Amino acid sequence: MTGILRTCALYLAVIMVVCAAAFPFYYAVITSFKSGTGLFEVDYFPVRLDWKNYASVLSGRGFTRSIANSVLIASTTVAFSLFIAVTASFALARVNFKGRSLLLVTILMVSMFPQIAVLAGLFELVRFLGIYNTPWAMILSYTIFTLPFTIWVLTTFMRDLPKELEEAAIVDGATPWVVVTKIFLPLMWPALVTTGLLAFIGAWNEFLFALTFTVSETQRTVPVAIALISGSSPQEIPWGAIMAASVIVTTPLIILVLIFQRKIVSGLTAGGVKG
Amino acid sequence: MSHVNLKNIRKNFGAVNVIKGIDLEIAKGEFMVFVGPSGCGKSTLLRLIAGLEDISDGELCFDGARVNEKVPSARGISMVFQSYALYPHMKVYDNMAFGLKLAKSSTETIEERVLAAAKMLELDQLLDRLPRELSGGQRQRVAIGRAIVRNPSVFLFDEPLSNLDAALRSSTRLEIAKLHQDLSGVTMIYVTHDQIEAMTLADRICVLRDGQIEQVGTPSEIYDRPKSVFVAGFIGSPKMNLLRGDAAQRFGCATVGIRAEHFDVNPDEPTWSGLVKFIENLGSDTYLFVDVGLNDPLVVRQSQGARFAVGDMVGLAPSEPHIYRFGPDDRLIT
Amino acid sequence: MLRPTMPVPRPRFDGPPVLATGKFMPSRQPYGPTLQQQRNRSAMWFLLPTFVALSGIAGWPLLRTIYFSFTDTSLTSIYDGEWIGFANYLTWRELPSGRVIYRGTLVDPVWWNAVWNTLRFSVISVSVEAVLGMMIALLLNMQFRGRGVVRAAILIPWAIPTIVSAQIWSWMLNDQFGVINHALIGLGIIDHKIAWTASADTAMVAVLIVDIWKTTPFMALLCLAGLQMIPRDMYEAARVDGIHPVRVFFRVTLPLVRPALMVAIIFRMLDALRIYDLVYVLTPNSRATQTMSVIARENLIEFDKFAYGAAQSTLLFAIIAVIVSLYIWIARVNLADGGR
Repeated sequence: MTGILRTCALYLAVIMVVCAAAFPFYYAVITSFKSGTGLFEVDYFPVRLDWKNYASVLSGRGFTRSIANSVLIASTTVAFSLFIAVTASFALARVNFKGRSLLLVTILMVSMFPQIAVLAGLFELVRFLGIYNTPWAMILSYTIFTLPFTIWVLTTFMRDLPKELEEAAIVDGATPWVVVTKIFLPLMWPALVTTGLLAFIGAWNEFLFALTFTVSETQRTVPVAIALISGSSPQEIPWGAIMAASVIVTTPLIILVLIFQRKIVSGLTAGGVKG
Repeated sequence: MSHVNLKNIRKNFGAVNVIKGIDLEIAKGEFMVFVGPSGCGKSTLLRLIAGLEDISDGELCFDGARVNEKVPSARGISMVFQSYALYPHMKVYDNMAFGLKLAKSSTETIEERVLAAAKMLELDQLLDRLPRELSGGQRQRVAIGRAIVRNPSVFLFDEPLSNLDAALRSSTRLEIAKLHQDLSGVTMIYVTHDQIEAMTLADRICVLRDGQIEQVGTPSEIYDRPKSVFVAGFIGSPKMNLLRGDAAQRFGCATVGIRAEHFDVNPDEPTWSGLVKFIENLGSDTYLFVDVGLNDPLVVRQSQGARFAVGDMVGLAPSEPHIYRFGPDDRLIT
Repeated sequence: MLRPTMPVPRPRFDGPPVLATGKFMPSRQPYGPTLQQQRNRSAMWFLLPTFVALSGIAGWPLLRTIYFSFTDTSLTSIYDGEWIGFANYLTWRELPSGRVIYRGTLVDPVWWNAVWNTLRFSVISVSVEAVLGMMIALLLNMQFRGRGVVRAAILIPWAIPTIVSAQIWSWMLNDQFGVINHALIGLGIIDHKIAWTASADTAMVAVLIVDIWKTTPFMALLCLAGLQMIPRDMYEAARVDGIHPVRVFFRVTLPLVRPALMVAIIFRMLDALRIYDLVYVLTPNSRATQTMSVIARENLIEFDKFAYGAAQSTLLFAIIAVIVSLYIWIARVNLADGGR
């Protein structure tokens, strides 16, 4: 008897957690298919499929442009970070030089910087380089958080690669550069994909820098565009369009995250529990 | 002239001294085995010779020339690792060719040497496979092949058989012995904790203990004339009977050692007598564990079948030329 | 936001000696570099791009921000600022009447309101997230059908961009047409519609709800990873001994998960202290929720009080730096005690 009760309680808890986690997105999807006065009636189940909001969001040049901007910025940032991080993490994971721990801690600290603390200085730098209101401003500034992150995750991963593999390569005459490029890189692509995906999501979601370093609508990234979406009149908030835009930019992320579920969890928790 | 020469080699990790001054000369073409309990520094010593660790003090010479500062690939060595350490993403052929490619050998040379090594090790059919598609024994052969291809003058083995199962271990052991015959003039240095490997493979054995050499000699020297209690107890299976106290006093020493095969059973005047507590029958040999009132039972070898049963009373006497007497410093009294 | 979750790494002296030894050989010129020297040299080159990148985009801007905070620089003429010392932080003037007038961030009620908001938000959100995250982790650590589905479901809030979740929730929390008010009235929990984001009493609650919803999954996953490190035998042994599950949790589970939990909490804390985007979208211009980052950016970019904003940014940085150093110091002390 108590067994059945316990099972019921367990599944009740499970259902509550799943609902709490998934309902807001589900509700956004429902809303995105409503328009006009339909928006102002609360429905818990989809009533009809009206693609009007999607059409209006995607036909406006601004939003598609923002998506393109975000894709460009996030992928360039990630590629750049991974490129630099691979060699750095080899040095941090496999060469036991003096001051290594200090360096690791410093890199970790950079990722914990409040972005606002560098905003003023970055603003000056961005202006000085003449990249204000261009994607380069974001690519440059996002490296602040994507680079330390990728270095950390790749360092944990590289630390776990067998030592003898590297030594065999050394005996074969491989320099550290050859070890990294010919031996470790081919073994690391799963880690690179996961790390890259996480860094991509981070760059895709960034708001503060994107808001500060862009002025024109055509240069906006997706989060800025969604935050600043406006209706035909200032009083009217176009909820249907906002939800449609939200669904458009979130669905690919959710699908990616669900596909890479296990890898993401291990990437996020890398070292966090072992240490 | 000696080929590999270690002069007062020392190694410390921080404040921990791992190798405490090793002097050793290894001749060209010799098969030298480093043996010792875990933590004795045998693997570290091999890694110092390979160049994978920097030598803290002392001098390491190959053919009379100092190589302390040379990187591993410049020393003319090859190494076979315990875990095979094959490159998982490369096919067998590329695994074996990797070193030569890095050394910028011509494609023909590479192919010639890889194919020759593959033939020698019967890997011809496997060249297009990835390491994960091979069995443990095949992987170890690829690892050996990779080492051969580099044409080394010194071949280093770091416990290469310890990941293999018992059957495979003895067949691969034979292959290594054959390899040593085939590659004349190549010096081999082999680390193991397995004394059977040491006894069967070695021209000379170097027994290490706590980062120091305990004894160097041919297998029969080590077996027949152990210089210390440690070597006597370490080499030989079953372990040599080592008796202290009154039992040793009788022989005028601090410790007396008698191997299992060196007992006269039921002689006219037995030195000890006691009950057979336990019998181990290995087919060819039978070991009797005889309780004669000492701390441990004496182990006695009987070569033809079991003539005794548990509970039998036996008398034992050591056969005189084979009694090892050790002084209070645990050294052999000569 | 991304945050690497590793604690301070310990030097690895366990097991057989690692390849590198960290000791430079005294250089013997005639022989050329040893393997170790070669590796150290490569390590230097390998780290150079990272060093350049991070000092260029993090170190230098940080120093400039701090510098600006001691000047009267304005947004429109960044290079014309003059050194004015601590005036942006605190300055005072004595009137002929003898009254002293203080000015600067440190006596600015708006700033202190933001500090208070930020701290309140951080402490409450992180504590709730830790407790909830732990509960969900315990749930996920049990054996039941559909565990994979639940684990996937809790990743959804994490995957949704903060801005998007802020928009979705502000729609759900909408006072007139929001589903939350509708549901709560339907269930009879409240009797009139609440202006969640607009009213000063509930704005902070709204921000907290959304933040907790979004970040609890992260906490839960970290706790779960910690829980899964605990051998199952431990629980079985406890069950055989007939120890009450609650006791097992506090005596066995919690102490073992604590290190992982502490790491998660400190990272979440640092993240919460710099919160910006959620507040900006969910409750714009609400004095009840504006945080340090929000008003610092307002001053920097929108109010043309660039240097003043820089001073506030510097203060926020200082606060976080103090917390980080404290954490590292405590972690070290723990290590020295041999405690894990």
